[in-house]
Amino acid sequence: MNIDKWLVRKDSLEKLFDILKQNSKTIYAPATKNGKVSFIETDSFSGITTDYIQTTQSSKEIVFPRTEKILDYTKNRDGMSVKGIDLKDIPEIILWGVRPCDAMGIDGLSAIFNWDYKDEIYNNRLSRVTVLGFSCSKSDEYCFCTSAGGGPGNNAGSDILFTQLGTDGDYLAEVLTEKGSAVVLLASGLFEKAGEIKKEQFLAEVPVRFNKEEIRKKLENSFESELWIEHSLRCLGCGACAYVCPTCACFDIQDEAHGKAGTRVRCWDSCGFSLFTLHTSGHNPRELQSQRWRQRIMHKFSYMPDRLSVYGCTGCGRCSRACPVDMNILEHLISIQEVIV
Amino acid sequence: MDDLRKRAKELLESSTVKVVIGYEQGTANKTRALFVEKPEDAVKLIFDSYCVQNLAVYVTKREIRDKGKMAIAATLPVLRSIIQLASESQVNDNNLLVLGITPESKLVEFSNLAEVETFVHQYQIEIDAHNKEILDKLDKMTPAERWKFWIDELTPCFKCYACRAACPMCYCHRCTVDFNQPQWIPVPSHELGNLEWHIMRAVHLTGRCVDCDACYNACPLGIPLNLLTKKMVEEAKVHFGGYQPAIKGEHLMSTYKPDDKENFIQ
Amino acid sequence: MTDNLYMPYLMKIEKVTYEAPGVKTFMLKFINEEDQNRFTFKAGQFGEYSVYGVGESTFCIASSPTRKGYIECTFRQTGKVTNALSGCEEGSIIGFRGPYGNTFPIDEWKGKNLLFIAGGIALPPMRCVIWNALDQRDNFKEITIIYGARTVNDLVYKHELLDWERRKDIKLVTTVDPGGESPDWKGEIGFVPTIVEKIAPSSKNSIAIVCGPPVMIKYTFPVLTKLGFQDENIYTTLENRMKCGFGKCGRCNVGKYYVCKDGPVFTLSQLKELPDEY
Repeated sequence: MNIDKWLVRKDSLEKLFDILKQNSKTIYAPATKNGKVSFIETDSFSGITTDYIQTTQSSKEIVFPRTEKILDYTKNRDGMSVKGIDLKDIPEIILWGVRPCDAMGIDGLSAIFNWDYKDEIYNNRLSRVTVLGFSCSKSDEYCFCTSAGGGPGNNAGSDILFTQLGTDGDYLAEVLTEKGSAVVLLASGLFEKAGEIKKEQFLAEVPVRFNKEEIRKKLENSFESELWIEHSLRCLGCGACAYVCPTCACFDIQDEAHGKAGTRVRCWDSCGFSLFTLHTSGHNPRELQSQRWRQRIMHKFSYMPDRLSVYGCTGCGRCSRACPVDMNILEHLISIQEVIV
Repeated sequence: MDDLRKRAKELLESSTVKVVIGYEQGTANKTRALFVEKPEDAVKLIFDSYCVQNLAVYVTKREIRDKGKMAIAATLPVLRSIIQLASESQVNDNNLLVLGITPESKLVEFSNLAEVETFVHQYQIEIDAHNKEILDKLDKMTPAERWKFWIDELTPCFKCYACRAACPMCYCHRCTVDFNQPQWIPVPSHELGNLEWHIMRAVHLTGRCVDCDACYNACPLGIPLNLLTKKMVEEAKVHFGGYQPAIKGEHLMSTYKPDDKENFIQ
Repeated sequence: MTDNLYMPYLMKIEKVTYEAPGVKTFMLKFINEEDQNRFTFKAGQFGEYSVYGVGESTFCIASSPTRKGYIECTFRQTGKVTNALSGCEEGSIIGFRGPYGNTFPIDEWKGKNLLFIAGGIALPPMRCVIWNALDQRDNFKEITIIYGARTVNDLVYKHELLDWERRKDIKLVTTVDPGGESPDWKGEIGFVPTIVEKIAPSSKNSIAIVCGPPVMIKYTFPVLTKLGFQDENIYTTLENRMKCGFGKCGRCNVGKYYVCKDGPVFTLSQLKELPDEY
């Protein structure tokens, strides 16, 4: 589909929000709680936080919820009755205020959930989500989207990408998909013809810090490297990095019983936990934190590109920001590029 | 902190210790843990007001302990944690050398853990004024209001267990949540399950928590879960007269005395 | 299989066989006849067996695809789910998701000699391919089965072992670890790798399939190599902790290979390329 370019006046943004709400759309937008910004269901434009470099949590929760029911069961006299989830129950959602690095993360998730076996629960959720992306005019030392194949104005994964043309400026709206066009149709009065606008000048500067293809090549022979031990000494093995990451999709399946009935849910899990690969016999193929840290990096920068043709990192830097012990992934990747031969 | 750097270098050169645990400069204005093994790397050690991570969490970590005798640069909360760990037989004079940093940022080297204990006992564990105010407000709420407060605060928790990972007292190889026969605490993140996890952790920390705020600092979502542990510190004061970490001390929750008040049984 | 990848088939336990201390075999039939008719699998594949309300566990399908109308699984009571399964009786309803994984390339083995080596609870994954081969016996030359367990009691499929012993077209050698024999034991006494060396099956035009505890496999591979077996003609199965079974939960990978998709069947030459992560 061709990219349609429109101009949206800065005051029209609130009007767009209101029109979407009037059309009974559920909108998730960045909002602040306890000083951290996450995607929360928002009813009014004023509830949206705008002053941040990056949200604490990614928007993956909307297409891949942290806890998701996959079936219900009831034991009865005749045996068992099991019911799957009704895909029609999945609501239509507008994701407002998604940064390009997050939108790009959806590609990573889709690759995993459609590898050979198609996860229809995920696909149905994704089909009901419209992503309204907003380009970045600011970045910080944690950002490295340009090294991961993205950029502050990259339109991968967005249905409409808004770029503000200068502080306090109007917005360039690039409409990229049918879903994006549907939003324009709802509020056509707010979208004006845009002339030739070069958005690059309004985007944040994010210098390229490493070459991901080079890292991928180097990782092929680095399984036994001492670097993994050195890098992971301070890692505490929590799940913060995996949970805030827009492309991490590792999950657990748990049954929750309530008497004769119950549910089976799929919930987030992290390869950083020691329990992740623990066999019932007690044997653990990854019993040291260094082995688990190696898995994280290799999976994102070697295994995923090899098997799924997509990298498992979009350079959003959330993991580094959220990490309680400052495991800065950018620093580690640069070190890998420099040290591993 | 030149004294610290100099002493660390000496300790490593003489092989008195195999690794020095301290702080180094991190990203932006963050600091982070540093494990110095080569004497020439001791120059990387720093100390400033950003150095708040509780480093005692590393003295029970297998990968660090296996290196040999450790030295640790320890501020007051870290010193308290070390004594509590010593009272729980997790560290001793053979595997740990303590380089204390006083509240006035002076280096003081302790010859043994008993000296650390004497130092630590000069200070009481006091909840800071800001959090005391919040705890008072919570106390004045009705049970329904308090329940709503906690459900609101804890539902966003996504069970990353950063709080557990950062806490020096959570060193159990197999945490209660890791058991599945029976599954004491549910695995997925949901309202009730999250509440159960945080309450259970606060109860397991009663009488052991040194109020270092490592759990709160570690939480990626900024959840004020340290209010629960701070409340238990207060409760310990009310019911048992408070506590201090002590190497040969009695453990609050595992010691019964006939004159224990039992006001909680109504 | 429905749209929902995670939805198990409902299965009824037709028969429970007590194999050895802590080890049981279930014969399972699909409750829904349509599912029964549609279901196919190949030797080597596995499934996720669930007890609703408790969880899922991963075992191979221990029966052969040549036998229609039912599937079988054999498991040892070790953890939460296997304990719950163990408590299920004939008539109980459990769930089954599958088949997942790759298969033993049994068609490629036609016209060759087959050597099956198994230890303890690892006979189940092999039994499916043994039956598969026996059900088309004329397609293969010599079939040798070497099976050992710690003690006589720990041998599984005891009735089938008797059947195989009686057949003239299979060479069956059973063994128990030294000290595990009973007074009337007539089989071999010795660890499986030792017995393999003693029997010294020919490697000419032969395929070896080995399943067992890691320590047994570790010592059996060199014996086979010494006997002249090429790495690409030695097959084994790997196990790893699994949840989804179809390559999404990210748990079972060994390097870039997923045991649930690229395995569980691997040749020794493939195994040698895998990083030490299993």
